[in-house]
Amino acid sequence: MSDLLLEMRKLRVEARGADGATNAIVNNLDLKLARGEVLGLIGESGAGKSTIGLAAMAYARSGCKITGGEIIFDGSDLMLQDADVLREMRGVRAAYIAQSAAASFNPAKRLNRQVCEVAVRHGVMDEDAAVARAIELYEKLDLPDPRNIGRRYPHQVSGGQLQRVMSAMAMTCGPDLLVLDEPTTALDVTTQIEVLATVRDLIRQNNNAALYITHDLAVVAQIADRVMVLRYGELVEEGPTDKILNDPDEAYTKELVSAREAVIKPRVQVALPDNPVIAIRNVTASYDGKVDVLKNVDVVIGKGETVAIVGESGSGKSTLARVVTGLLPPREGHVEFQGKRLSQALKQRSRDDLRRIQMIYQMPDVAMNPRQSVAEIIGRPLTFYFGLTGRKRDERVRELLAQIDMDPVFAERLPGQLSGGQKQRVCIARALAAEPDIIICDEVTSALDQVVAAGILKLLDRLQKETDIAYMFITHDLGIVKNIAERTVVMYQGDVVEQGSTVDIFTPPQKEDYTRKLIASVPEMRTDWLDEVLRERGDLFEIDAKAHT
Amino acid sequence: MSMVDDKVPEALPRRSFDWRFFAEMPLASKVGLAIIAINAFAVIFAPWIAPYSETEMFRDLGNWAPPSAEHWLGSDQIGRDMLTRIIYGARTTILIALCATLLSFSMGILAGFTAAVMGGIVDNVLSRIVDALMAIPTLILALVVISVLGTEIYILVLVIAVLDSTRVFRLSRAIAMDVAVMEFVEAARLRGEGLWWIMRREILPNTIMPLIAEFGLRFSFAFLFIAALSFLGLGVQPPYADWGGMVRENAQVISYGIPAPLYPAGAIALLTIGVNLVVDYILARQNRSAAAAFEEQEL
Repeated sequence: MSDLLLEMRKLRVEARGADGATNAIVNNLDLKLARGEVLGLIGESGAGKSTIGLAAMAYARSGCKITGGEIIFDGSDLMLQDADVLREMRGVRAAYIAQSAAASFNPAKRLNRQVCEVAVRHGVMDEDAAVARAIELYEKLDLPDPRNIGRRYPHQVSGGQLQRVMSAMAMTCGPDLLVLDEPTTALDVTTQIEVLATVRDLIRQNNNAALYITHDLAVVAQIADRVMVLRYGELVEEGPTDKILNDPDEAYTKELVSAREAVIKPRVQVALPDNPVIAIRNVTASYDGKVDVLKNVDVVIGKGETVAIVGESGSGKSTLARVVTGLLPPREGHVEFQGKRLSQALKQRSRDDLRRIQMIYQMPDVAMNPRQSVAEIIGRPLTFYFGLTGRKRDERVRELLAQIDMDPVFAERLPGQLSGGQKQRVCIARALAAEPDIIICDEVTSALDQVVAAGILKLLDRLQKETDIAYMFITHDLGIVKNIAERTVVMYQGDVVEQGSTVDIFTPPQKEDYTRKLIASVPEMRTDWLDEVLRERGDLFEIDAKAHT
Repeated sequence: MSMVDDKVPEALPRRSFDWRFFAEMPLASKVGLAIIAINAFAVIFAPWIAPYSETEMFRDLGNWAPPSAEHWLGSDQIGRDMLTRIIYGARTTILIALCATLLSFSMGILAGFTAAVMGGIVDNVLSRIVDALMAIPTLILALVVISVLGTEIYILVLVIAVLDSTRVFRLSRAIAMDVAVMEFVEAARLRGEGLWWIMRREILPNTIMPLIAEFGLRFSFAFLFIAALSFLGLGVQPPYADWGGMVRENAQVISYGIPAPLYPAGAIALLTIGVNLVVDYILARQNRSAAAAFEEQEL
């Protein structure tokens, strides 16, 4: 193969843990990438995707080391090159686009300086030429006001724009290889589409080779020619994108493909509950007393019902949770609990009121005290609300662990010794320990891998059947909503755009433009989805300009 | 359920003290630990290990006698045994410093955590009081207060503790604020937990390491401060020995080539260094991320 750009043979990358032991994060991996080809690297966290992406530039994160194998880039083995040669190659011949543009830009420098820095530092072109090149790229990437946008600071542009600016930065030197590490994961679905489309066009125009790293099969389907499925640093399956999506060989790949589509709730129309557990009545709320983050919101949730609150960042969905829990007293309106008006502020609520409304968070890592054992975490609500101590408490903790499918031995573990999915399970058990009537789930699956997330959703559903608990399910991921919620509330900039039975909301034609746009933006697991959406989008995506500036 | 769960980190033994703390200690910190141990021994067993009485004067020996077999470090300005004075001096100096530091940490952490957790007006009031206290040079403020209230030991301890607690306040407020915004603290609030629980059970365990390190540092500062006060005559009063006072009493003879003031000064320096060597190690252990240990690949 003459047009082979990158080849890895028997790559091995090791990390050293806190206890000094090394373990392989990438093991015995072979990879080939031709010029003009886009290779998708798919896998869950810990699969070694990012490590492989960085290894393509002969780089390893601190604490890691490439300990074996060859990395042949354009005919030369990078492992044999010295540091200077590698430095010249990085950024110029191979460029890296990171997941979080917001965290990767220096907030104190203007965009142009950062975009042009690589080219100027490497002496590829002078400052003026680099700026001209940047402007050209901004145009290609559909950024507004390409001549002047580079004079802004990172915080002065939206997240989606910043991600595109970062793509421009990677492109300035015209690299042969692009490594894209989850470039759209942190973005809202509607923004994701734009970034995905522009990045794909750019790669096609320049005939770049690219490694596209993501955990989302639907995203990789739009952009990659070939897909490698990874797990625990080893290759599970490799093949053309179509084959992986439609006819995977390995059980793990099959599970990955089907995780998103797990239908949990029957898709039927449901009436509004007569005696709601929670009724949010005409709530208007604001953090500073000036800008209303919620505007006259009216939502009811019935016993044993799941109501999804969906919207993009800034839609006010998490603020709604804060109002219900009492963390943010509303400016107008109130919250009723089983027909009784709840005190606005947390401090005035009775212990029993607090017990009946529980919350599960997005990041289980920070939702649990890292210094408390699982038994203490789950046991505290038992002591606090029910006065259980000693053996009785231990027994109940064991019961709760059994309820979330965890072995009693986990009681003595600290959160740091649990996997992401297990952590979220413990958080669920802590909420369950209070025997609540409603649990507010704030993006509970967003930080988890798809297969693990599917497990959590199934668990929540089973618990609902067992205990008739209600869920207020806050999420930006419409993909899961249609499978788990009886009713859906669509929010946009503090307003409820639309609410009703999930089946009605999702069955076309949608009444509201925004809902239609939101649903249309959820990537689907087929290779022609993006083209189709782009063809159809027309006026629908015009509201974008307003939403993201 | 047949779901594939993600990889689980291995379980480590929990809670028990990690004995590698001592095993992995570098030589310098072991030396530091030894210095602290020797001083602690002197503090506890002073009457038994000191060769003579704290106040006994040896007329035949005279002032500033050179070291001899009977008096290893010679005598001081009025013919008392220097070694005995240093051993007893450890007692006063270190005990006062320890009490003052413990007190200052209790006050500082309590106020700092309260400010961090409650925020708003409580934080503002506490912070401004601390700002006001910190605006006045410590030594001058201490001199004024001590000259007004007297030189009793408890007043000394109290003054040092209050002045020192401002620094502790700042540190504990800052680190507690990082923890207070975590969702597990919010979860505790939503559960209805009180301030005391949140401070003691949610925040303290997550801030204890930097506080211990700071304790070591502030402890050294405290006995340097006592030494400074004693040097100015406002510290521990005669005839009781304390290292700072001993430096002052013997200071003038250094110009005659008599090493007497160097012994207490050396004791101060030695303990300060010893404490800091151990603190450095605690800080390093705390900062050492799991990753940093491995040899970093060339960039």
